Amino acid sequence: MAFSFKGGIHPDYNKERTYASPIEVLPPTEEMYLPLSQHIGAPCTPTVQPGDHVKMGQIIADNPVAMACPIHSPVSGRFRGVVQHWHPSGTRQPTMVIENDGLDTVDESLHPYEGDLDDLTPADIIQFARASGTVGMGGAAFPLHVKLKTALDKKIETIIINGSECEPFITADHRAMVEYPATIINGVKLIMKCLNKDTAVVAIESNKPDAIASMSKAAEDSDIRICELPTKYPQGGEKQLIKAITGREIPPGKLPMDIGCAVFNVDTCASLFRYVSKGRPLTKRVCTVSGSAVIRPANLLVRIGTPYYALFDYCNGFVEDPYKIISGGPMMGSAQHALETPVVKNTSALLAFCGDEESFEDNPTCTRCGKCIEVCPMRLLPTYIYQHALAEEFAECKKLNVTDCIECGCCSYVCPGKLHLVQAMRMAKGNIPKN
Amino acid sequence: MAKKLLVTSSPHYRSERTTGKVMLDVIIAMFPISAMSVVYFGWRALALTAISVAACIAFESLFNLIAKKNNTVSDLSAVVTGMLLSFNLPVTAPYWIAVVGSFFAIVVVKMLFGGLGKNFANPALAARAFLFSWPMLMTTFVKPLTRTLPVFYDPIFTNGAELPDYIDSVTTATPLASLKTGALPDGTSIVDMFLGNIGGCMGEVCTAAILLGGIYLLLRRVITWHIPAAYLGTVALITFVFPLTGGNFNWQFMVYELLSGGLMLAAFFMATDYVTAPVTARGKLLFGIGCGLLTVFLRYYSGYSEGVSYAILIMNVLAVPIDKITKPRRFGIGGGYNDAK
Repeated sequence: MAFSFKGGIHPDYNKERTYASPIEVLPPTEEMYLPLSQHIGAPCTPTVQPGDHVKMGQIIADNPVAMACPIHSPVSGRFRGVVQHWHPSGTRQPTMVIENDGLDTVDESLHPYEGDLDDLTPADIIQFARASGTVGMGGAAFPLHVKLKTALDKKIETIIINGSECEPFITADHRAMVEYPATIINGVKLIMKCLNKDTAVVAIESNKPDAIASMSKAAEDSDIRICELPTKYPQGGEKQLIKAITGREIPPGKLPMDIGCAVFNVDTCASLFRYVSKGRPLTKRVCTVSGSAVIRPANLLVRIGTPYYALFDYCNGFVEDPYKIISGGPMMGSAQHALETPVVKNTSALLAFCGDEESFEDNPTCTRCGKCIEVCPMRLLPTYIYQHALAEEFAECKKLNVTDCIECGCCSYVCPGKLHLVQAMRMAKGNIPKN
Repeated sequence: MAKKLLVTSSPHYRSERTTGKVMLDVIIAMFPISAMSVVYFGWRALALTAISVAACIAFESLFNLIAKKNNTVSDLSAVVTGMLLSFNLPVTAPYWIAVVGSFFAIVVVKMLFGGLGKNFANPALAARAFLFSWPMLMTTFVKPLTRTLPVFYDPIFTNGAELPDYIDSVTTATPLASLKTGALPDGTSIVDMFLGNIGGCMGEVCTAAILLGGIYLLLRRVITWHIPAAYLGTVALITFVFPLTGGNFNWQFMVYELLSGGLMLAAFFMATDYVTAPVTARGKLLFGIGCGLLTVFLRYYSGYSEGVSYAILIMNVLAVPIDKITKPRRFGIGGGYNDAK
């Protein structure tokens, strides 16, 4: 088995800033902001009226369509109403505001599943997945119950649990695997049960030896295999991960399930198990706060809906005014422009940079060095696509398979001419002519 | 917060490598070659290099000034071109040859096509080809380690054949001229060939220094192994199997061919020029093989004894078409990697 993929890069990971920092609990703020759109699919609509008192863990927004899952209140308090508020996507979006009463009164309708876990049917587990509000926590925010249902319908051969966390700086999953491996492993067992499989593979990059050790120990008595992968970005990309574990490549436009694989993030598994065993829906998540501008980088357990400034304040603020704030990792995360923006279900990290992480050129110049082609994990020709994109020859971009681009950022990272390659690819993708 | 936040498309993280740093690595890799040219041919060799570098920088600055563009000399590519150009000159070349060559390389071949990254031919090699308009000046070689030319010797108003008397006695033919007639060069050992104790252009002769620089480029990942390996491998194979000495399988002839002329310098420093070589891995192999085939063909059958520069120039033109036919296999299509469905 190959355990790797072609291409990729070895950036400075900067994980040593936080990989040994235990997860700290961040107190909630007085006002919590919950965007109605926190997952891929249809946004939710509020299920409570302005002025209503809501309890912690209570469902406050939902949507009955298939591609949606509920949002739960992270605190107890008064629902003030829906306002237009900054969203991590960079736009203003309808957002529920909860005034925190500071009591954390738990919704009494929530209770752990008390039966035998072995008696659960796949349908039960899918129901739990939906009720827990769990989405793909690695970044994609794909509703878990939808993925489970689709995976159940198709024949799955391999369940892969993604603990590779290949983005620089982020150590949220790393700490989760070190601090609560049993919760994760139990979640994996639920997913195995749901998909009628006896085994699963947990993939962890070699730069997390303590996580590999703790997960191996937690998985000792099960048929779950811990697989150490070489440290290389984007090892945690779904297509690259499947290639490394199974040797298979997902054909263009297809899903992992089409080649018999289903991939789940480690924290997604933990979230599912917490709901089943403790009756706790997804209202908190681990978020790494790091970057050169942060005085005290840390891993925080954050209530979803907490504004960014509360996280940075807890980490003693900034060394100097940051020039960039990023939600997610530095390679694929999105730059933020407002510190009032709240943490949502897939905010795995919040980074503040002073500017040393990046360099620009006034005249980005391609010298045809071919580095972008060497590192592209999708085996594209980024420099050629770039030239066609700038010339607005989008049909040519399509011929060069720009639609295969996973936007991992390797090409832009290595480019000595500092071309904005990924940006050009995005632009081309958005302009591909129909037919 | 006082400062406004910058919002750009991802990634927000970039390697520290810039074009200038890559070029600096190439310059560092050429230091041993330059040093050996001084050892073998005296300080005049360094003066020729300095003049062509200065001329390249000056012409690029001047062009940018006239074209009202930002000056681009900080990318250091003009320095690389200047050094390479001088390496392709014999130490006897008059200084004006270096200046004319620099003008052709920088202005005609590079800047008029849009500057770095846009030229279709290697500037230093194209200039060398152009300078063969003065064949005598380009092919008057002296033996290394003999009494060297003074720095201020400059046959500016001569046709270049009029070397000082004491120099005249040490002009020499290159080993290639002998190889072309099917004879191994008389009195020149393989060790001489490797160390560069032979007649030839300033930067071509010392294979040891070139290999040192080449290894540095490989280790620093400035170049990949594909082009040098394919190029040298092809030349080795053909000259081994079909030597001009008659018969087949002459390893000595092969080694002499590999170590003579501009082949080594070209394989590591000229054919690997980013701008004018293919970008795909398979394309680079194909490019190297093409350079090898043409080099041997020209060395065997053309009017000149050397064929390296024309071989590479011809392949330069084919770089983009080669890219087109050597696109990597699309992820998820073919190769038996997705047999499940």
